[in-house]
Amino acid sequence: MTLFVSLLAGLVFGLGLIVSGMADPAKVLGFLDLAGRWDPSLAFVMAGAIGIASIAFLAARRRSVSLLGAAMRLPSAREIDRRLVLGSLVFGVGWGIAGFCPGPGLVALGMGESKAFVFVLAMLAGMGLFELIEHRAPRA
Amino acid sequence: MSIDWNHFTPLASLAGGALIGIAAAMFVLLNGRIAGISGVLGGLLRPSKGDIGWRAAFVLGLVGAPSVYLLFTSLPHPQIDAGYGTLVLAGLLVGLGTRYSSGCTSGHGVCGLSRLSPRSLVATGAFMGAGFATVFVVRHLLGI
Repeated sequence: MTLFVSLLAGLVFGLGLIVSGMADPAKVLGFLDLAGRWDPSLAFVMAGAIGIASIAFLAARRRSVSLLGAAMRLPSAREIDRRLVLGSLVFGVGWGIAGFCPGPGLVALGMGESKAFVFVLAMLAGMGLFELIEHRAPRA
Repeated sequence: MSIDWNHFTPLASLAGGALIGIAAAMFVLLNGRIAGISGVLGGLLRPSKGDIGWRAAFVLGLVGAPSVYLLFTSLPHPQIDAGYGTLVLAGLLVGLGTRYSSGCTSGHGVCGLSRLSPRSLVATGAFMGAGFATVFVVRHLLGI
């Protein structure tokens, strides 16, 4: 059942990305271009998503197991460190040069876009690089 | 700043955002998980027993979304102006950055802000700020 929920959640998430316009890098860049002709649409995507998700998280926080009986796994990290800030900055630069973040990259791949395929491959390589650096060598 | 009224789609974007919110709500209430795409995908690269199926299913749902959308109406065509070299660089930066910061637009931006997480607020401010700055440099200083 949790597998089916995962599939359905990914699907609904992907449909949301298409409907909202976030799967289109040109639209994302139009939002990030404050100094040009600015398209504020993506602020509405965030508002719609957070408006609904915040209610769910309010309920989730009071529970130790999900409605299907799975463990409630909410992030426990609290520290605001260099990894968080530098990682986010690096991500933001990558997002700004092509207009793709991870979800829209995967959705555009599903549209059969060869450029999205290249982006996703490179993104997986970047994630693999992280695994190599962080998890191969024993950490002090 | 001037508003690009021709491309402004408040209703479609709000509706699409609501779908994203429903997906995140469903995922946490039923499966107890954060719908953070970089985390779900990145976890597949460090496979452990019992941890692969749900991740693969979520990713499959994302990649399959256009095919399902196509059952109802014709697909919008994404406009990808970046060249292949730029896309490779962008992918590497997005992959590395999101794993170091433990989240992307979905995990920090949608789920984290919904949980009022200070970490996610800082992360979202940082990647949005870097995104705004990058587009400014690329479009207005370098003129690409």
